[in-house]
Amino acid sequence: MHLGGWLEDRLRWRAADAFLRHKAVPIVRHGYVYYFGGITLFLFVVQVVTGLLLLMYYKPTAEAAHDSIRFITSKVQFGWLVRSVHSWAANLMVFWVFAHMFGAFFVGAYRRPREVTWISGTLLLFITMTFGFTGYLLPWNTLAYFATKVGTEIVGAVPLVGHGLLVLLRGGEDVTEATLNRFFGIHVAILPLLTTMLLGFHLFLVQLHGMSRPESRGPARSVAFVPNFVLREALIWVIGLGVLATLAVLLPWPVGERADPLAPAPAGIRPEWYFVFMFQTLKLIPPHVLGIEGERLGILAFMLAALVLLAVPLLEHDDRKTRARRIALALGIFAVLYMAGMTIVGYLVP
Amino acid sequence: MRIFARLALVGLAVGAVWFAHARPIPAAPAPAATPAAPSPARPFDSCVDCHRNLGGRLAAPALRIADDIHVKRGFSCAACHGGDPRAAGLEAMDPKKGFVGKPKPAQLPTLCGNCHSKPEVMRRFNPNIPTDEVARFFTSVHGQKLLKGDTRVATCTSCHGVHPILAVSDSKSPVFPTNVPATCARCHADAQYMKPYGIATTQYAEYQASVHGEALLKRGSKQAPTCNDCHGNHGAAPPGVTSVANVCAQCHGSQRDLFVRSPHKAAYEAAGLPQCTVCHSNHKIVQPSDAMVGAAAPAVCAQCHAEGSKGAASARAIRTALEDLKTSMASAADVVARAENAGMDMTDAKLPLSDAQTQLILARNLVHSLSLREVQSAATEGVGLSQRAADFGRAALAEIAFRRRGLIFALAVLVILALGLYLKIRAMPGPSASS
Amino acid sequence: MAKSPRITRRSFADYLLGTGLVALAGTVLYPLARYLIPPKVKEVAAGSVVAAKVGDLQPNSGKVFLFGSKPAILIHTGQGTYKAFTAVCTHLACTVQYRGDIGHIWCACHDGHYDTISGQVLAGPPPRPLAEFGVTVKGNDIVVTRTA
Repeated sequence: MHLGGWLEDRLRWRAADAFLRHKAVPIVRHGYVYYFGGITLFLFVVQVVTGLLLLMYYKPTAEAAHDSIRFITSKVQFGWLVRSVHSWAANLMVFWVFAHMFGAFFVGAYRRPREVTWISGTLLLFITMTFGFTGYLLPWNTLAYFATKVGTEIVGAVPLVGHGLLVLLRGGEDVTEATLNRFFGIHVAILPLLTTMLLGFHLFLVQLHGMSRPESRGPARSVAFVPNFVLREALIWVIGLGVLATLAVLLPWPVGERADPLAPAPAGIRPEWYFVFMFQTLKLIPPHVLGIEGERLGILAFMLAALVLLAVPLLEHDDRKTRARRIALALGIFAVLYMAGMTIVGYLVP
Repeated sequence: MRIFARLALVGLAVGAVWFAHARPIPAAPAPAATPAAPSPARPFDSCVDCHRNLGGRLAAPALRIADDIHVKRGFSCAACHGGDPRAAGLEAMDPKKGFVGKPKPAQLPTLCGNCHSKPEVMRRFNPNIPTDEVARFFTSVHGQKLLKGDTRVATCTSCHGVHPILAVSDSKSPVFPTNVPATCARCHADAQYMKPYGIATTQYAEYQASVHGEALLKRGSKQAPTCNDCHGNHGAAPPGVTSVANVCAQCHGSQRDLFVRSPHKAAYEAAGLPQCTVCHSNHKIVQPSDAMVGAAAPAVCAQCHAEGSKGAASARAIRTALEDLKTSMASAADVVARAENAGMDMTDAKLPLSDAQTQLILARNLVHSLSLREVQSAATEGVGLSQRAADFGRAALAEIAFRRRGLIFALAVLVILALGLYLKIRAMPGPSASS
Repeated sequence: MAKSPRITRRSFADYLLGTGLVALAGTVLYPLARYLIPPKVKEVAAGSVVAAKVGDLQPNSGKVFLFGSKPAILIHTGQGTYKAFTAVCTHLACTVQYRGDIGHIWCACHDGHYDTISGQVLAGPPPRPLAEFGVTVKGNDIVVTRTA
């Protein structure tokens, strides 16, 4: 009996194989959007591999963290490559998870029966941002330390549960080694576990429902998933590898100065770029608006935005071009412009 | 309803218990006690009381006399001027009661010395205060001239002020360290006043422009010397030409030690040259630079050593050693900076670079020994350290080049793969109508 | 579909794919393997360094070593205890040394003297004392740590 039969007996792989061979991807306007999820997945895989490699040498203590990163980048063979790829892919992944989300949003891929796919995807987006937030602290350098201080401070301003959340995140009242321990555990254990489950679920749902087809004029055409789409996806992944390698070599990620909690915060501290739009918004809100503290109002607004994002398929669910759809599109365009604009402002204004 | 009554009773009970254990309302704070008078009640002092009301020139001494260090210690005007402060009116100024009036300048040292030269008197107020100022004063140029009858020279109150005489540690005192240069300058910068003595009056201006003046007057650093630190205060006199090095060595000890074992010591003594000031000047001491060393102006060596002489050759060689070290350090720092800007970690290179800086400082100090061998030894070690740092830098740059070559290779592999994928995609059957 | 005898574009593409995949595998696995092999350089544990082994230093002698990125000095005092300080002189950052003849930490640049009890300045231009580090003897190792 050959291998195929042996595996079929034990794993029933032929059903999956047949399913994949029959899977078809629609040809639509803006079809490139279909690749965004795959790019995000590719970057996640890169993160897992490079992250596991970094785990071989990283030390999660206040004393040793920074020096272990320095050790990886200067003494470990190809350590510089692993570390820079990990840092670059992290940032690219955050960008692409947003691009994937907006892509799915604008083509209306959240509609029935894909509402749960959307919700799981939004949760994955929040998890990705948390990955970024927790991972940023791990090198324990000046920028990371103070960015975490500022970021957790803002969490503390959430109404009611804010202070409790702050203490929970920081492992105390201040950012200390306890914070590093927690962030490390969250970053390498808790979040990967959650992601595995959610991502598996998300991908299963995508296979279950197939690729969505937005409204279009004319006959509906499609290509076979295997091999057309898969080959194109592979090509994009190869290009992605090239981009990551180029970035790692030509623009290596700096190690920075070891964090000194006793030193005053350097001027112009801001969180990572994907939080800057929130940070800048909070900076621009006046101290009091209608008697409510400005910062709290800002945080509430963002929490509301997150809830709306989660609830999009419940709010707009009609196939036709209804008013709700137009509002959704307008809000989406506004969101993109707002986030991009605020990010730019956040960097231009000292 | 019964439930409500019970709840009300429970509430009252709880409230009562709480109230009983509550902290008592704090009493209003007692008004602050009036601070005790700083000194025992001043005995009736007619001098101050009377003169204060006289107005003009006669009132001036009494106005701020309470700040006077002697008055603070319980002395009255009579301690210096004699007389009886308990008597009212002009009887207080009775010569039979010891009144001396305004002492003449020549009398001041003796007058002050009545207390200040007696250890058994002074130790009641400060066991460590020196009691030899008057003796020192008479060894000074001021004191010597005063003995010969020149009353234009400085005496006690010229520097310490009078009415009030402030403690030296009081920042408003004319002899507080940062005020000393201006105090001396009152006479010594006045060309008209100093004409009979035939000495320069540029010292104050020169001092202000010097590193010492800047440190003391602009930065308020008490580490910097003022006039009395080099000239002495009570025994003020310019240091002799063979003493200059020892004066400067109060702070600059290592340079003095190098100088005294150098050929310059004997040579300067023979020529009557004032040691340190030959190269560094006396009042206008500026930040030294490597340009001071060499065979041609503006190097200070050229003042004595003509071109072509052995001394000039030595000076030139010493300068060359320093310059070579600096060049080596600069080029090493450049390589390291380039590597660091490209993203490499250059911590390993920083140590030899800072050690090279140590060698430069050492070599510069060793110039005072005039020994080419010693300067070259320190400089050569520094050059070796710079080269080690440069090696680290070059290794890092080589690593960068290796990584770029690796990138080209990896990209080539990816291009082949991409090309293969692309061709396969092109060869695929076209889209089909979906069912 | 029949394959023509000459190399078709399709099989050329296959050839490229195959080669590319193998090459990619090598390009990824080689650095990965090298990465996993532990480097020979001793791991720099941040806050502490083994400055010397017991017996390396005679009593009344000192040794300058690297701590983090700056020089530090370990002294085996005449009384038999170990003391460690930063070796960066507080005057102009020259590297100091230990002089057994006078029992002081000494800076050759401008004749600065520090004591070995707490790094206080004894003579010369240095404006501030030397910062002290913690020393513990663990077995055969003399470990110097940054005090909090």
